[in-house]
Amino acid sequence: MPDANVLHDATTTDGALLVLAIVLPAAGILLSFVLGGRYAERIALILLPFGFVIAMIIFIDVWRSGHLLVYIVGDWKPPLGIALRADGLSATMMVAMAIVFCAVAIFAYADFGTREGSAEVRAPFAFWILLMAIWGAMNLVSLGGDLFTLYVALELLTFAAVPLVCLDGRAETLQAALRYLLFALLGSILYLAGTALLYGSYATLDIVLLSRRVEMEPATLVAATLMTIGLFAKTALFPLHLWLPPAHAGAPAAASAVLSAVVVKGSFFLVVRLWFDVMPGMLGSAGSQLFGVLGAAAIIFGSVVALQQQRLKLLIAYSTVAQIGYLFLIFPLAFDAASAQLQGTGALTGGIIQAISHATAKAAMFMAAGLIYAALGHDRIDDLGGIARALPMTVVAFALGGVSLIGLPPSGGFLAKWILLEATVATGQWWWALVILAGGLFTSCYMFIVLSRAVAPPSEPLKFQIVVPRYQEAAALVLALASLLLGFVALGPVDVLQVGRLDSMMVTLR
Amino acid sequence: MTISSAFDVGLVVLILAVGAATIAMREAFAAVIGYVVYGLLLAMAWVRLAAVDVALTEAAIGGGMTGMLMLGAVARLRLAEGNDIRTSLPVRLAAGVLCVLVTAGVAVAILSPPKTIPTLAPMVMENLAQSGLGNPVAGVLFVYRALDTLLEKVVLILALLGVWSLAPDSVWGGIPGLRVYARPGSTLTFLAQLLPPVGIVVAVYMCWVGAKEPGGAFQGGTVLAAMWLLVMIAGLTSVPSIGERWLRRLLVVGPVIFLGIGLAGMVLANAFLAYPPGYAKPLIVAVEVALTLSIGAALGLLAAGPPERV
Amino acid sequence: MNAATLFGLCGAVLVGLGLYGLVTNPEPLRKILAFNLLGSGVFLVFGVVARRAAASGLGGDPVPQAMVITAIVVAFAATAMAIALVLRLLQETGRSTLSADDPGGTDGGNS
Repeated sequence: MPDANVLHDATTTDGALLVLAIVLPAAGILLSFVLGGRYAERIALILLPFGFVIAMIIFIDVWRSGHLLVYIVGDWKPPLGIALRADGLSATMMVAMAIVFCAVAIFAYADFGTREGSAEVRAPFAFWILLMAIWGAMNLVSLGGDLFTLYVALELLTFAAVPLVCLDGRAETLQAALRYLLFALLGSILYLAGTALLYGSYATLDIVLLSRRVEMEPATLVAATLMTIGLFAKTALFPLHLWLPPAHAGAPAAASAVLSAVVVKGSFFLVVRLWFDVMPGMLGSAGSQLFGVLGAAAIIFGSVVALQQQRLKLLIAYSTVAQIGYLFLIFPLAFDAASAQLQGTGALTGGIIQAISHATAKAAMFMAAGLIYAALGHDRIDDLGGIARALPMTVVAFALGGVSLIGLPPSGGFLAKWILLEATVATGQWWWALVILAGGLFTSCYMFIVLSRAVAPPSEPLKFQIVVPRYQEAAALVLALASLLLGFVALGPVDVLQVGRLDSMMVTLR
Repeated sequence: MTISSAFDVGLVVLILAVGAATIAMREAFAAVIGYVVYGLLLAMAWVRLAAVDVALTEAAIGGGMTGMLMLGAVARLRLAEGNDIRTSLPVRLAAGVLCVLVTAGVAVAILSPPKTIPTLAPMVMENLAQSGLGNPVAGVLFVYRALDTLLEKVVLILALLGVWSLAPDSVWGGIPGLRVYARPGSTLTFLAQLLPPVGIVVAVYMCWVGAKEPGGAFQGGTVLAAMWLLVMIAGLTSVPSIGERWLRRLLVVGPVIFLGIGLAGMVLANAFLAYPPGYAKPLIVAVEVALTLSIGAALGLLAAGPPERV
Repeated sequence: MNAATLFGLCGAVLVGLGLYGLVTNPEPLRKILAFNLLGSGVFLVFGVVARRAAASGLGGDPVPQAMVITAIVVAFAATAMAIALVLRLLQETGRSTLSADDPGGTDGGNS
């Protein structure tokens, strides 16, 4: 029930929470940097649960009140100043990401925990600060109300993600990190070019103000195209996906989980903000079909290549390439031919649920793969025999994550696909239904391959390299269960995603 | 055609020629030298666009610091194995078509400005006196859009951490591998003794005057970084190890003070990063001084690279 | 054609040149150099936007000028990180290429 009396540029009562969501990670980074040593780990482990609490409070506030939370930074209203805004989309993303961060932190404690009294060690020190940076950057992506602030958020995200890829220092990961950095920089600079042209036409980069002023003009179209291509490069949408598999597969397990689950969703979120909030009427039928085609290509290509992989982490990484394709199917499905606009209902809800479900499932799968690798010393799929008996919790976590990716009930993946399929029927675009079903089929194939190897008896007795801590397995399992049970939100707060949607606000004002 | 437009055309032709040469040249060393020249030409273009703050920043960081980084890299890469791969012709053709399209798109956007050009300049100037600043760019950076500037400082620290994290585990906490050429009596030593006092005065001046005239923390910080690097490269002072307490504090003092003043604004002035009326200018100058030190340290260390010895 | 438009078109050409260099040149250092060219072209476009919006006795709109200053610093940090990666790769492998080998071929690992 949107409250039409809430303005977009006045600080609301709980707005200070939004500042806290940005300031806490920043303070955490600075403090960890200067205190050094073990403090980075301690500060991260204290602040990340706080982050979850803040995200929950913001979510409940937005859900119960039905209106946005706004904070005007520096007391200067846009267009001169910057606003932080939490609508239903922001709140949902923040909570979902906070859950992933907390689980990853618990998981990473085993790999990157430092013993009492030891000197500063490189990888743990870097890891905890980079984790807090990704947390802060994702909060800024969710809450930022100005396109240039979102550019700073994108750069923060990139600089935090790239060193995570090569944290173990091997040559392949260094190469993967360099390739990732170059793609990401290309993406940011194209995005920046778009903001320059938008400012030139409208003298503001505030999302709400832009949405009121934007018109179909050559400069605006060029700007939107450049920004979208840049964001596609950062989200690894086909054909700009080349950097993702080596980068996500080469990173340490906790880092892969964060990279696949969280980081790629940041630039995706900005694509949604740009096209659904700033210029919903500008994509057109052709544009939205093009996005869908790229998404479909990602699903098919990613799945087919995943089937051919011999290493588990690479299979999961290519699966990410495929699952990202689903996210872009929402554009043709949300396009309403009658009003020639992207509607913020239906398919968008499906897309966000798909993003969250993928985030939790993929993080669980990467964690499980990491544990398998740590235990066996390798991740060759053909030689996984016997691991299901040896690490049952881990393999169950992996399997449940896969259930969500395939889209079986009651998982979040099922709910998301259900909503998207309903949208294909409602808009008469039956071809996307074929793509969605084909994707589900491919996913079941590669999940089957892995699980059948895992439950098969081993050719020779398994020798474990290390003892896998129970709580690491538990962290993976909890995330997988979260993804599995996500479908039940259909009974609850699904309508929170509509809070603050500009088109729904317009309806009540009439 | 007037003198100034002839100058502009000449400048643009030079910029494009040097830029194209930088891309097309076979030898990496020549390309980097070309890039440094290009940076200086660009600084002149910025002056012609009436953006002196940007010209200073571009000359210092874009041309100077980036050029230094690249020269250092080229020198080391000469020892690498040659790379005989040439991108295939179809790829180059496709890339060429793509780039022509992008250039055409941006050109179309430039050539079709709106009928009345919207601007925020009047709003900036109206509210500038309130904060006591005379430099509108400083107003935007520290008053109106202070959040972006604060977060960008955090981005710098993070980039530095990223660079440091590339070091092997065994030398973590050690000394960055900046190449030192300590030969007493050489020209380098002479310059390293002569220039830094001048440079420090220039940096202090740039930071101080940034409140009223073009200048500010970024430009001053870059000059400080350059002086520090000069003194280290000439061997007149040792390169600090990255674990040093004073170094970490120096890097963090700018953003911490900025953040602290911003949070104080929530209590004293109505909003995060707002300034209490009447105290805006002294607070901003304090932030700029602290930031100049932190930026100088951060830029210098980014150029010095990851630790290579203990 | 006034000065601002001229520099704007210059920026557009630089964007194209930089993009070409970034995509086609196989050596990472040359890609980084091309990225800097691309970035400076985008900054020039910002500068033209600022110049055209000159008002109130100023030579240009200070908001885009401030954005460019922020972006220049960020671009330098990015270049520093990229060069550090290239040099580290050189130390580890003795080469400076982003080799196009199949990532599935290497039997490396992680944890």
